[in-house]
Amino acid sequence: MNEFLAVLVDGLIYSSWLFVIALGLTLIYGVMKILNMAHGSFYALGAYAAASMVGYWLNHGHAAMASYGVLVVAAVLVGLIAGPLVERGLRFMYGRDEMVLLLVTYALFLILEDVIKLIWGVNPYFVSEPYGLLGTLDFAGLTYPYYNLILIGVAVLAGGAVTLVLQYTRQGKLLLAVIHDREVSVAMGINVSRFYLVTFTIGTALAAIGGAVTAPTVSVVPGMGVEVIVLAFAVVVIGGLGSLQGAALGALIVGLVRSAAVHYLPQVELFCIYTVMALVLIFRPKGLFAAADVRKI
Amino acid sequence: MTHTDKTPFILLGALVVLLALGPFLPKWLFLLTMSLGKGLVVLGLVVLLRTGLVSFGQGLYYCVGAYAVGSLSQFASVKNALLLLLAGTVVAAILATILGFLLANYRGIFFAMLTLAFSMIVYGLLVKTSALGSTDGFNVAPASLLGKVISGQGNQYPMFALACIVAFVAAVLTNSYLWTALGQLSSAIRDNEIRVEYMGASVRSAIHTKYVLAGALAGLGGAVTALTIGHIDPEMAYWTTSGEFVFVAILGGTGSVIAPFLGAIIFEFIRTYAYQYSPNTWQLVLGTAMLLVIIFLPAGLWSVFARLRRRA
Repeated sequence: MNEFLAVLVDGLIYSSWLFVIALGLTLIYGVMKILNMAHGSFYALGAYAAASMVGYWLNHGHAAMASYGVLVVAAVLVGLIAGPLVERGLRFMYGRDEMVLLLVTYALFLILEDVIKLIWGVNPYFVSEPYGLLGTLDFAGLTYPYYNLILIGVAVLAGGAVTLVLQYTRQGKLLLAVIHDREVSVAMGINVSRFYLVTFTIGTALAAIGGAVTAPTVSVVPGMGVEVIVLAFAVVVIGGLGSLQGAALGALIVGLVRSAAVHYLPQVELFCIYTVMALVLIFRPKGLFAAADVRKI
Repeated sequence: MTHTDKTPFILLGALVVLLALGPFLPKWLFLLTMSLGKGLVVLGLVVLLRTGLVSFGQGLYYCVGAYAVGSLSQFASVKNALLLLLAGTVVAAILATILGFLLANYRGIFFAMLTLAFSMIVYGLLVKTSALGSTDGFNVAPASLLGKVISGQGNQYPMFALACIVAFVAAVLTNSYLWTALGQLSSAIRDNEIRVEYMGASVRSAIHTKYVLAGALAGLGGAVTALTIGHIDPEMAYWTTSGEFVFVAILGGTGSVIAPFLGAIIFEFIRTYAYQYSPNTWQLVLGTAMLLVIIFLPAGLWSVFARLRRRA
C-alpha cells in the first residue's frame, strides 16, 4: 500500500515537471505548427540562468527565502531574451514544410548547446539551497521534500493560467482564432505575427521555468537538454500535438508509468516510456486528443 | 526517358581513386572508413527523404546491424567479414520489414516520432541488458576474410578497401533501384499520394519497400562501423545518432546516391577538426552549417555539383 502511494506521489511530481515543459512545446506547436527541438536548449538555458543567478544571490548574503523568486525571474528573463531572438530568426522560415521547420530547430538546438557552453563553461553548477530550505513532509511513513510538492503546484498553476487565458480573455480567443485559421485571422485584422512572437516567448519561458525549478535538484551540466527534449516529445505526441489537455494527460501517463517502473521493475524504466509512446501512436496515430484532419486532394 | 545515367561510372571512378589513394593516406583511413559506414546509413535515409519521409530513428538499424555483428562474433565466433556484414544487413532488414507494416501508415512528423520512439525503445533495452554490456557495450573481435585478419589494429587499409567495395555495390544497386518505376514513384508520393493511388500504384507497399531498403542499408552501415571501430555501445540507437544521419542527409542532399557519401565525408572531417581545434564549439559550427544549407542550398551540397555540371 505504502509502495503504491509512493509510486503515485513520485509519479505526480515527475508528471508535473514534464507537464510544465511539454506545455510550452505543445503551445508553440498548436499556434505556429513548429515542433521545436530547441525546446530542450531553452530548458537547459533556464537551468543555467537559475543556477548562476541564485548562486550570485546567495553569495551576496541576500535572504535565502527570496531565492525562489530569483528562480522564476531567471526563467522569465530567459524567455524574454531567447524567445523573441529565436522567433525573429525563425520568421524567415514560416510557411515552409513542418519537417523543414523541425530540422531548422534541430540546427538551433545544436547551436544553443554550444552557446550554453560558451557562456557558462563545461563545469557543473550546484545550487541545492532552495531544495533543502523548505524541509520535508512526513506523510504516511513516506518523506517528501516540500520543494517537490510545490512542483505540483507550479504545474497546476501554469496549466490553469494558460487555460484561463485561452478560454476567458479576448486575447486568448483571438489566439484560438489564429490557431484555427491563420489566413482568415490575418484577413480579419488580427496581428498574427505579434501573436506568434508572444506565444513563442511564453513557450520558451515555460521551458525555462521547467529548467529553473530543476536546477536546485540536480547538478546543472552541459547536455542536460538532450534527454528532456525527447521526453517532452513523447508527452506531447501521446497527448496529441497542440492539445493542452493532451499534454496534461500525456505527462500524467508518462510520469506514472515511469514511477511505477522505477519502483517495481527498474530495468524497464527508459524502455517503458517509449513503448507507451509507440503503443499510443499505433492505436491513435495522432495522439489521444488530436483533432481529425481534413483530407486534401 | 532517353537518359543515360552516368552515376555508376562516376562511382566506379571514385572507387578506383579511393582504393589507389588509400595507402598514401594512412592518417585519414579510419575517418574515411567511418564516413563510408555513415554514408551507407544516410543513403538509406535519402531513399526515404525523396519520398518526403524523415526518419529520426535510423540509429535503430545502425545499432541493430552493429549488435548483430558484435553478438555473432562474440557468442558464435563468426569471423568471416562478409558473413558478418551480411548478417548485420539481414537482421536490420527483417526488423524493418516487421516495423514497416506499421510505419507505412505514417507521414510527416508522426513518422519521425514513431521511428524515434522505436529507436529509443531499443536504446532503453540495450542500456539495461547486462549480457550485452549495458551502457558500455562491448568490443568486437577483428574479422577476417580469405584467411587474413582484415580489421582491428594495424589493418586499416584492408577494412577501408572492404568498406569502399561494399559502399560501391550498395550505391550502384540503390541507384538502379531509384531508376526503376517503383523507385521513381518516390517524388510522386511526396507530391501527391492520392493521385499515385488513382494511377494504380500502392503507396503503402512502395513506402514499405523503401523503408526496408533504408533499414537494410542502415544495418550494413552499422556493421561496417562495428568492424571499423571494434567496439559497439547503445549510444548508436540514441536519438542524437539518428539526428546526425538526418543532418548528413540534409548537408549532402538527395540529388544523387553519391551525395550521402560526400556529405558523410565532409561531416566527419568538419566534426573531427572542429572538435580538435575547439571542443566547445563544434556543434555550433555544425548547426550553423546546417542552417546555411537549409536556407541557401535546400537541395544540399550536391546541388552545387549538379549546377556546375549543367553549366559545363
